[in-house]
Amino acid sequence: MFRIDFNKLRFLICDDNPHMRRILRTLLHSFGAREVYEAEDGATALEMYSHYVPDIVIADWAMPIFDGLELAQMIRQPESKGNPYAPIIMLTGHSEKRRVTVARDAGVTEFLAKPISAKGLYQRILNVVANPRPFIKTKTYFGPDRRRNTNSAYMGPERRVGEKHEVLQQPSLLDKARSTI
Amino acid sequence: MAKNSARDIEVTAFATHQIITQPNPLRKVLRRVDEKDTDDPVARAEQALASLSGEFKQWMTTEVNRLSAAYLAIGNDGFTRERRDELFHAAHDIKGDAVTFGYPAAAGIAESLCRVIEHAPDLEEVPAELFTHHINAILAILHENTRLDSISVSAELSRRLRKVADDYLADVNRDRPEHLEVILAPSIAPAE
Repeated sequence: MFRIDFNKLRFLICDDNPHMRRILRTLLHSFGAREVYEAEDGATALEMYSHYVPDIVIADWAMPIFDGLELAQMIRQPESKGNPYAPIIMLTGHSEKRRVTVARDAGVTEFLAKPISAKGLYQRILNVVANPRPFIKTKTYFGPDRRRNTNSAYMGPERRVGEKHEVLQQPSLLDKARSTI
Repeated sequence: MAKNSARDIEVTAFATHQIITQPNPLRKVLRRVDEKDTDDPVARAEQALASLSGEFKQWMTTEVNRLSAAYLAIGNDGFTRERRDELFHAAHDIKGDAVTFGYPAAAGIAESLCRVIEHAPDLEEVPAELFTHHINAILAILHENTRLDSISVSAELSRRLRKVADDYLADVNRDRPEHLEVILAPSIAPAE
């Protein structure tokens, strides 16, 4: 059995709602985290991301100036001087399937649909810490491998060619978003 | 926590893409513990969240007042982009937070309101009662939530408002199949 030493992790919370920031901060501190930074809009979050170099980002979708999706896209710049690989957990009240797909395509690592639960948040953090996925760079995408299952029969237009790559067997982002854990 | 240096990053190039791997930069925070270890960080966090619950009614009141103010501003200015976004964000926050605050029926009504704002082709054409019924219902739930007999009434109110809103959206989007598909798709939110 594994535990996370939260006191060695640095978190950045990006949410415009002060109540949700307070809840997130409370949960992270009670997990054992000491370093928790907070931003209330996307622009401040990006600045803090560069300054504090967090290990894990927890971002809301809807935020002023630019939203969580745009924040993810700005972090996932392969040529940037900062760290483009940090896990991004999107915590959002959006609960439609197409939103999960859009978030995934922006480079989000995990998706957590509200209402928030301590167990759901802990499981997402454990997953990004214990099971990091390789990154994929294509002409149109840079981010964690979006494939969670092997499907050798798939021959669609977005099939990547020229590899036999190991795929981490995990539930899809959508399946995980549907569950509380 | 230091991140990996560039030399630890391995890039494998293929015809259409590159695969980038690196040693797990967070591996040092993982600690193996005995199966008998009694520390439960999730239980600790749930307890901490419960200790905040005394503030939830006040937080919910703040969110509901924000929603009311956003709708009042629309009465003055009409559905400008800014006003529409304020109303949507206020409803969206209630949708996301109300269950945590102890008002699950209000979350359902706020979700229904979000769907109307997002999928009605012309917000100026939406009957004003559809907005006011949603907002008044959330206000009523906030004020009556402590009464046990009101809980089932709240849930029923939420179901009926959702039905009215969905029927309206299905009707006004009958020629917009892409919206219709989204409206009819099931929610991915965890069941209560």
